[in-house]
Amino acid sequence: MGTNNIDKKQNKKKKRYMFRFIVLVILLAAVGYALYFNLTADKDIYEEGDQAPDFQLTQINENNEVESIRLSDLKGKGVMLNFWATYCKPCEAEMPYMEDLYPQYEDDIEIVAVSLDASELVIHQFIDKYNLTFPILHDTKSDVMDLYGVGPIPSTYFIDAEGKIVEVVAGALTLETLEEKFQMIAPN
Amino acid sequence: MDKIKCECGHVNPEGTVLCEACGKPVERNQHIDGNDKTKLLNMRYEGSARRSQTYNRSIVDKIWNFFSSVKVGVWLIVLALIASGLGTIYPQEMYIPAEAVNRDPAVFYEASYGLLGKIYYQLGLHNLYSSWWYMILIALIGISLVICSIDRFVPLHRALKNQQPKRHSNFLSRQRLYSLSENVSEDEREVVIDRLKKQRYKIMNKDGNILAEKNRFSRWGPYVNHIGLIIILLAAILRMTPFLFLDDYIWVREGEQKVIPSTDGDYYIKNNRFILETYDEDDEKFQAAMEQKGELTHKNYQTDVVISKVVGEKITGVEPELEKVTEGSIQMNKPLKFDGYTLYQSGFQENEFSSMTFKVYDVNDEDETSLGEVKVENLMSPEKTYTLDNGIEVHLNKYYPDYEMDNGEPRSVSKFPRNPAFVFEITDPDTGKKEISFLGIGKNIDATGENQYKLGIVDFEMHYVSGLTVRKDYTLPFFVVGAAIFMIGVIQGMYWQHRRVWINPEGDGIAMAAHTNKNWFGLKKDIEKAIENTNIKMVVDQEERERKEQEEQEA
Repeated sequence: MGTNNIDKKQNKKKKRYMFRFIVLVILLAAVGYALYFNLTADKDIYEEGDQAPDFQLTQINENNEVESIRLSDLKGKGVMLNFWATYCKPCEAEMPYMEDLYPQYEDDIEIVAVSLDASELVIHQFIDKYNLTFPILHDTKSDVMDLYGVGPIPSTYFIDAEGKIVEVVAGALTLETLEEKFQMIAPN
Repeated sequence: MDKIKCECGHVNPEGTVLCEACGKPVERNQHIDGNDKTKLLNMRYEGSARRSQTYNRSIVDKIWNFFSSVKVGVWLIVLALIASGLGTIYPQEMYIPAEAVNRDPAVFYEASYGLLGKIYYQLGLHNLYSSWWYMILIALIGISLVICSIDRFVPLHRALKNQQPKRHSNFLSRQRLYSLSENVSEDEREVVIDRLKKQRYKIMNKDGNILAEKNRFSRWGPYVNHIGLIIILLAAILRMTPFLFLDDYIWVREGEQKVIPSTDGDYYIKNNRFILETYDEDDEKFQAAMEQKGELTHKNYQTDVVISKVVGEKITGVEPELEKVTEGSIQMNKPLKFDGYTLYQSGFQENEFSSMTFKVYDVNDEDETSLGEVKVENLMSPEKTYTLDNGIEVHLNKYYPDYEMDNGEPRSVSKFPRNPAFVFEITDPDTGKKEISFLGIGKNIDATGENQYKLGIVDFEMHYVSGLTVRKDYTLPFFVVGAAIFMIGVIQGMYWQHRRVWINPEGDGIAMAAHTNKNWFGLKKDIEKAIENTNIKMVVDQEERERKEQEEQEA
């Protein structure tokens, strides 16, 4: 009788332990799931270390002979992928620096400036004003902007020769920082 | 583990405050509910043993006990409140203004708010609501909710299941409603039981000891309510799964076709037209209301759209091959659904020009007779060259869709034709002479003052921009179920009360006590009805009596 009671008691204890254990495991699993999805949710926006997603757009700068650019074709060169627009003042401020450095780095680095403007006319206006020679792409349907999840501009992606994003810069660049980044992504 | 054997013979688990069977206070545990300091018994959880306050052995038990404490739960909520408040001191990372000199949070906070801003950033408060520790804090509240509920539901359920009609006299006399009556006959007791039955009390009779009980299910209300809350929390977790939920917004102009965001570039939308209808201002029915408001009242917002899907190989940026999926009208409360996505009419703008027509005339002509018209068709992306019938050539040299003067220089502040301005170059077909004119809304400037031709706006068209919410949501049913269960729990606990009346023989009379979790007035009414015209004394509200006595003493 006495041992029977002790058995029953231990059985109950075991049961309670299992119940608590299972409830805790389920709760922990739910929390883990929530954390995992939350911390990976930003993955849609590409960041350092990611492979830069591919796209192709028509090149509209008449000072440059390329007709269209597909990002994946630029492997082997460092790429400065710049999202900009004519009405954006900080974008306008950094454009001359890009033009300054372009001839010097042209063999190692391609500047790909994707304009988010609606009108091609205003882009030509802008190119003429600053005598830009690097390729200017026109994202007429906001496709590439959507792909990269670009919010405010300027937004610049520095991509190495293997097509991997090395750094993302939100906001305008100075001449010094721009040259620094160029040296960072230039092959060799 | 020490069990507590009551004098009635029932064996209670450790931590029991009131014997599960007879209700006799367990002497050494009276401090738990504070009964040692009061005359009346605290009936919380029926004085059952909340296990959390007793066992503390293995690691699982320790974790369990930690979360089963309401005190811990309240502290977690307080911490979450403080943390949520901290996140509102400076803007969160996603709200760093677009025009900031440098939007890099490492720079922005220090530059804008000084040292405090730097600390704010370094503590990670700029990204508080999606930080791992904040989410864990919220999750801990959820865990606390679940464990607290289980830890109280189980013993309460047990105690209510085990309760006996015969109660210890100490238990009875320390109830809020209590009376002792002498000389109560068997018949009178039968009458009372009968009347209680008529009031839908369930009667338990054991050796003449009576327990009349009704609406016990109301006690489960809070737990049902918590189950609802837990389902809502689970639904919120499911919402984080992109496959189950997404929410985005798109502005699309009349005539424009663009990619629908958050669809991986798979779907395109074309806005064929936007319709804004107002109520008829000549209709008597609406006149009074509109006069009061002082403006036309909108009746219908509608976007007629075509949805297409990319077929074949997809290279972002390259004109895709599209196949129509569906077309239709989106109105308020009448969304368009396709392939699991839903588009809702959510906004509109009517501040953009779509085309402008100018006439060219001789400066010296007082009648301003038109020599020909220039129609700039698409102000989003206008053509450069226009040739008039009489050979005059007009070039659009410079175009500012959203014109503004900035330090003496014209520039556009956006890409949208909200305030278009133009620099035209007119070439005279005969002389080949070129002239420059600047035109905008309310502006017509001849830079040299020697122009032969002048331009004037004769007509314009505007277009609407429709704002649509893009949503995919498979989690809504979970929220509905959770909210419904939540409400059922609330109603269950709010509109019914668990009422109990104990009638135990005491000598040749009876002891009567009663308890309810709320609406003591209703319970007293029930008892009054039951004991009408009998020898049984009406129960006395001991709490009220005590209060009155105290008041008298103070007075």
